[in-house]
Amino acid sequence: MSTQIEQQETETEEQEAEPEVESPGDRRRAAKRQRLDEQEAQRVAEEETLDDEETVHLKVFRYDPEVEGKQEPRFDDFTVPYHKGMTVLDALIYARDRYDSSLTFRHSCRQAVCGSDALFVNGRQRLGCKTQLSDLDDPVRIEPLPHQEVVKDLVVDMEHFYDQMEAVEPYFDADELPEDDLEEQRQTRENREKVKMSTRCIWCGACMSSCNIAAGDNEYLGPAAINKAYRFAMDEREGEQRKQERLRIIEQEHGVWRCQTQFSCTEVCPKDIPLTEHIQALKRESVKNNLKFW
Amino acid sequence: MYEHDVIVVGAGGAGLRAAIAAHEEGADVALVTKLHPVRSHTGAAEGGINAALQEGDSWDLHAYDTMKGSDYLGDAPAIDTFAKTAPEEVIQLEHWGMPFSREDDGRVSQRPFGGLSYPRTTYAGAETGHHLLHTMYEQAVKRGIEVYDEWYVTNLAVTDHDDPEDRECHGCVAYDIKSGKIAGFRAKGGVILATGGLGQAFDHTTNAVANTGDGCAMAYRAGVPMEDMEMIQFHPTTLPSTGVLISEGVRGEGGILYNDDEERLMFEYGYANNDGELASRDVVSRSELTEINEGRGIEDEYVHLDMRHLGEERILDRLENILHLAEDFEGVDGLDEPMPVKPGQHYAMGGVETDENGETCIEGLYAAGETACVSLHGANRLGGNALPELLVFGARAGYHAAGKDMKTAEIQTGPSAKSEAGDVHPPVEPGAIDAGGEDVAADGAAVEPTAVIENAVERERHRVETLLESDGINHAEVRAEVQETMTDNVNVFREEDSLKQALRDIRQARVDYEDVAVADPSRTYNTDLIHTIETRNILDVAEAITLGALAREEFRGAHWRAEHQERKDDEWIKHTMLAWNDGTPELYYKPVILEGDEQTYEPKERSY
Repeated sequence: MSTQIEQQETETEEQEAEPEVESPGDRRRAAKRQRLDEQEAQRVAEEETLDDEETVHLKVFRYDPEVEGKQEPRFDDFTVPYHKGMTVLDALIYARDRYDSSLTFRHSCRQAVCGSDALFVNGRQRLGCKTQLSDLDDPVRIEPLPHQEVVKDLVVDMEHFYDQMEAVEPYFDADELPEDDLEEQRQTRENREKVKMSTRCIWCGACMSSCNIAAGDNEYLGPAAINKAYRFAMDEREGEQRKQERLRIIEQEHGVWRCQTQFSCTEVCPKDIPLTEHIQALKRESVKNNLKFW
Repeated sequence: MYEHDVIVVGAGGAGLRAAIAAHEEGADVALVTKLHPVRSHTGAAEGGINAALQEGDSWDLHAYDTMKGSDYLGDAPAIDTFAKTAPEEVIQLEHWGMPFSREDDGRVSQRPFGGLSYPRTTYAGAETGHHLLHTMYEQAVKRGIEVYDEWYVTNLAVTDHDDPEDRECHGCVAYDIKSGKIAGFRAKGGVILATGGLGQAFDHTTNAVANTGDGCAMAYRAGVPMEDMEMIQFHPTTLPSTGVLISEGVRGEGGILYNDDEERLMFEYGYANNDGELASRDVVSRSELTEINEGRGIEDEYVHLDMRHLGEERILDRLENILHLAEDFEGVDGLDEPMPVKPGQHYAMGGVETDENGETCIEGLYAAGETACVSLHGANRLGGNALPELLVFGARAGYHAAGKDMKTAEIQTGPSAKSEAGDVHPPVEPGAIDAGGEDVAADGAAVEPTAVIENAVERERHRVETLLESDGINHAEVRAEVQETMTDNVNVFREEDSLKQALRDIRQARVDYEDVAVADPSRTYNTDLIHTIETRNILDVAEAITLGALAREEFRGAHWRAEHQERKDDEWIKHTMLAWNDGTPELYYKPVILEGDEQTYEPKERSY
């Protein structure tokens, strides 16, 4: 094998010396293109022989403000070979790597922890990586998250979502820490259990996208941010004073009282966080907080 | 051009910890990351964080376990610093609000993990990394640390002195993924590389798609040697179809491995009679593959990991996340059935050579976390040691870059640490094809920091324009060539002929990479371009892994060689170093430091 490579190089050098021929790079590229064309022809032939049960038909939303011909939103069709266990993300990656490298979507961990591939699949917010194609009707229609600005294809602008998350001051603030740097604060198992589900949020934005209220009210904090507020307000390691400050944030006009208990956030949450419950719990805290007995 | 005192590249655990430390030290610090910070792969870590917290445990026991686990390829100054500092870092996290699992008295829980002489692994369910990542990002938000998210750092701005030890790093060049803008970032105090793992060099990995070894490859091409790159950890319990990780916590809690004959393989076949399933990861990975190769695997591909006997209550309390992973990605209900598992690439023990302060041999350039090799893990990382590593050494890099007075490092870096020249006979000349031509040090005579950065920005503009304007092949084809050969030939079991085959395949991939082009002409969110640049980095790290594996003719830790079935302490207690040397990789060695603060670590046989 090593000698083969050396031979190829020698040939290339010899040919380089000849005048009036295209450059080695061009020749290599031409050879490569020919090889790719052959592969493509083979793939098309293969695809034609696949029967319907072995393929999945994707209808994928496309849009790119930069590229002529993609500025008008449209759906592209891709037929990809199916195998057991295949997810929506697997199918998108196949379509991108084999058919159209400009097909654009966010993804990274492909194990439902990074939260980057929340998509609108067959009319519902889902994480592409944990959605099995076998659970979906064919054709599989894949769109960007609704109610968010589309940057390109399936990528939406998450800035507004991040802004709302930051608006609830999403960071732990203890009243008092143990003096010894090597001593932890105590937290009961019950208290950890109480906040546990709320800490699972991966910031995917599915809940915000599914929320009718957030769709109509751009200032509404939204389920993810309120859940984040719950995570800290209910943590016994933060003091009472901090809790009051947190409640003031979520009691504001576009806070918890906007929620109309439609449960759509809870339904789509890929981490099974009882978002609606958490919002209601904060409503109760807010009411208790404002009841004055005198 | 953007200017900050400290620029941290990557915003996972190490990057966030470094940024917070630099900020505490009064520096103006910015995080530049190709993902949003909460998307970082630290979030996928499951098991836990080792630290000697309880009475009866001590830092030197933790250090001893780490050195033994490393198979005596770790450096004592790194290991001692690590084990001493881990407790305060873990408690610091708790003070920042991390939702650790708790004992009845409200203290943080600790559980047993493989290779540990004391149950010193703190955890938050089986999603410790997720909580660590979010807790630290919250603290970065609290401090108002600036984050350039979805900005991809493509190269470093380094002066072009002949000797890498004379070079200075003044900043880096980044590409704004959303707008396509290329900009220089000047760092007056230093650039800290915290770009994470390189698992995408393999096609079966627990690593995220974003883990393409960017920091490692950039530092390498800038003149910093890569250390012990052959030391790749394969995790014994990954789901066969996707590579999704099933935490060691399952075995820590008492999970059992069975072969197709329903035999408890770790005991039945005597792989680890003392520790069974809790032997080190390298031991368990090889045991599983041996079962599979000898026909006792299930569907010739995997073994079973059973946790049913632990009971629903305990599983839900401590391993609930594992149930979801098994269900979502393999369609298996872990309460009712055993889970299919097999080894997969998991962690790079090697990486950018640094000292205990995170410094590389180039002034102003630091590295921390998985991308770095301070040589803590040596030839095998213990489970639960990755998260404290990124806390301890992320913080130290941050402090040092921000100008804090730190103890002079004991670990020597750079070519002057060389003890002997390497001798390896690869079948092809490695590295020779300079795909992309973006050597950092080929810079002209610029010495003024701004000029160095402007030159670097110009080179990147040229590189991106060339990729966008030319016709050619899709990077995905080249990436697949590399990934497949790495999994086929540079996996858990390694043989000379296969390693040589991998080097030939990587060489061919380099040739092919000369023809890559980006088909998508867009300047908006061009993932085709990003992946193409990443693939160049994958080529360099894959080659370094393979070359190191061919050079190291012994069996140490994770590095198994068919022709060399013993650990050769007389010859091989030394680090494998690879320097880029402007495109002509040079292999050399530097000694391992076994003299620690309290004890000199005497190599002992690892038995389980």
